[in-house]
Amino acid sequence: MHPLIEKLLSASPVVTDGALGTQLQALGLPPGEHPDLWNLSHPERVEQVAAAYVAAGSRIILTNTFRSNRIALAGHGGAERVTELNAAGVRLARRAAGTAALVFASMGSSGKMLMSGDVTEEELAIAFGEQAGALAQAGVDAIAIETMTDLDETLIALKASKKTGLPVVVSMVFDSGKEKDRTMMGKTPEQVAAALTEAGADVIGANCGLGIEGYIPVCRRLKQSTPLPIWIKPNAGLPAMVDGHITYRTTAGEFAARVPALRGAGADFIGGCCGTTPEFIRSIVAALSKAS
Amino acid sequence: MADLQKLYDAILNGNFKAAREVTQQALSEGIDPSALVHDTMIPAMNEVGRRYEANEYFVPELLIAARAMKASLELIRPLLAEKGTEPVGRVVIGTVQGDLHDIGKNLVAAMLEGAGFEVVDLGVDVSPEKFVAAAREKNASIVALSALLTTTMHAMKAVVENLNTAGLHGKVKIIIGGAPVTQKYADEIGADGYSSNANAAVALARKLLAA
Repeated sequence: MHPLIEKLLSASPVVTDGALGTQLQALGLPPGEHPDLWNLSHPERVEQVAAAYVAAGSRIILTNTFRSNRIALAGHGGAERVTELNAAGVRLARRAAGTAALVFASMGSSGKMLMSGDVTEEELAIAFGEQAGALAQAGVDAIAIETMTDLDETLIALKASKKTGLPVVVSMVFDSGKEKDRTMMGKTPEQVAAALTEAGADVIGANCGLGIEGYIPVCRRLKQSTPLPIWIKPNAGLPAMVDGHITYRTTAGEFAARVPALRGAGADFIGGCCGTTPEFIRSIVAALSKAS
Repeated sequence: MADLQKLYDAILNGNFKAAREVTQQALSEGIDPSALVHDTMIPAMNEVGRRYEANEYFVPELLIAARAMKASLELIRPLLAEKGTEPVGRVVIGTVQGDLHDIGKNLVAAMLEGAGFEVVDLGVDVSPEKFVAAAREKNASIVALSALLTTTMHAMKAVVENLNTAGLHGKVKIIIGGAPVTQKYADEIGADGYSSNANAAVALARKLLAA
């Protein structure tokens, strides 16, 4: 196990952070705008969200760099801004974290599908290598590849990230199939765990998806399939339209009530994805301290 | 004699080379292209859809089956056109304004093409005006809208309104889909249908055209 991960897990479970994107929307990020561009245009708001998570008790926060690879940035005239955006994301998170939290760099998918030929393996390797390099250069503690739907693309991102020498967390979305326990491309938790463990991930897990309830069995199955620590960050349920506004239906209290079960299923790192807020993190911290 | 079971299997298993070969052979033997589509190829895609619904197939299997179907259709289309056979329907598809995600939209387009629809793909970040212009120009029977983001799904409403204003809605059915989209939202904005996945979108399109 990577020494940094080992050190973190000496006080386990580790509470991570909640959503960035939906929090930035609450602060005025307009529809369709690339959230990562706010690292440069609205740095104070990005830092404000990160700082709120640190204050709520997050021991790890993620950078606002989820879509800062050149392929995902291409439609936003930003391919040549990869280094600048990633560096800004790390700087803002680091400032918010101070000495209270570690900074893990968020990396997400290209948004293009390998198997339909919309992107090649080489293009992905270049894009992920470039982003991982920029993040490492900017001084992050680890890399977190998250919200991935295609295992093949994920393995390319993992390989590129490992070249930095940093510990790498890899987290996929399980929301497909009859039992809602598979990735979009049909992989089971067991298949994902085996492939990512073999490929040298330091931590593996699940995020986003349909909510915390369904991730308890997914967590258990990942845990049973790997010796690696498990990272889980579910959504606050599925979004619904209420009075013309997008609302996530799971409350912080409801979410936190399921956290001991998630812990029991083997989660070592626990946080939230879309729709979760600093209030969720405070509730998770409280639920875990009560349970221990 | 061309082995039509082999064509059926080629589509079911996503073997586009075999699909093309058998189609070529069948056509050179003078088989009716329309019968080939309706008696062998569409039933194969229906079985692909059934397996997807039954959790036996996932997105990769859908994609390769649709690719095999398309390879076969490319040989057949010119012959159908010669005979004046109209496609099942014409679909104008795109991801709505402000949204650059295309995976879901591409899947739906592939499945619709596989089912014999003529698909006009407008790409991503498509304005309401562009949807209306394409629907009119292409004489579309269906307009299909995609959005991945909760923040961009509102743009679907604008497309529905523009089609209403242009007097096209009714003649054109509007179907919507994407991660944050629901049947309830479709009802709210006055779309004609919602589908949660690419396979069900085909059934929905057929149902709306039959109505």
